[in-house]
Amino acid sequence: MSDNIKHTLNPDKWIDLYADYLYNYAITRVDGQDLAKDLVQETFFSGIKGKDNFRGQAAERTWLVSILKRKIIDHYRKINSIKGQKEVRMNFYEEGDKKGSWIEERVPQSWGNDADKKIENAELKDALEGCIKNLPEKYRMVFLLKTVQNYETEEICNELDITPSNLWVIIHRARIQLRNCMEENWFKN
Amino acid sequence: MKFMISCDEATSICDKNQYREATLSEKISLSYHLFICKYCKKYTKQNNLMSQIFGKYLTPCDGSEKMSDEAKEELKKNVKTELKNN
Repeated sequence: MSDNIKHTLNPDKWIDLYADYLYNYAITRVDGQDLAKDLVQETFFSGIKGKDNFRGQAAERTWLVSILKRKIIDHYRKINSIKGQKEVRMNFYEEGDKKGSWIEERVPQSWGNDADKKIENAELKDALEGCIKNLPEKYRMVFLLKTVQNYETEEICNELDITPSNLWVIIHRARIQLRNCMEENWFKN
Repeated sequence: MKFMISCDEATSICDKNQYREATLSEKISLSYHLFICKYCKKYTKQNNLMSQIFGKYLTPCDGSEKMSDEAKEELKKNVKTELKNN
């Protein structure tokens, strides 16, 4: 009966037992190895500080993952609230009679008849990665979770504590910016 | 259902639809909009191509990455210090 098992904490063994697991958990959700490492370390630190609150109902690893999840939300909130960060330049009028219409000089340009062929080129990966790096971090994180890691909308919303409509606004902005960037750097004739 | 939507809304739905998550009424509004708007039509076509590019060139982390040994050593050192201080 699992109810009868009283789990205990052994911080001395945490790194050997859980560092890779937690690191993988983090790196599939946040951008970059250094950040993933930092979040794992912070998780262990919080675990040490809070070890007296551990009641032994959950397994040690589950308990540490719950701390890491909190760290990821905190990180997302932090990058989301940075003042004065670069915003995504949108292609639509934001107010007035034309609100929501394309701004004339930012309408989609032609990518040529050979656009399909232009994507069969290994160098495209560099251009694309450059464009992704240029996204503000909050957009990059949500875009990658949804598009590359293929997480369910609901899961991302739970993990970052955002609503589905927030998520779709972010995805829209990220994709608009990526499209503009690839048009400029790859497809424009 | 909202029949007349703006280009901003149309392209938003188009983006959502790339993940097969647009609702039926959103898809109907989008189809109608695409019928009358050449720019959003172009956007849609290019957006499909962007999705192809993402699928082709961006690979997910498969969960098998390991933390480097140096990083683990440093982590051990830091955790040890932290344990002493608590």
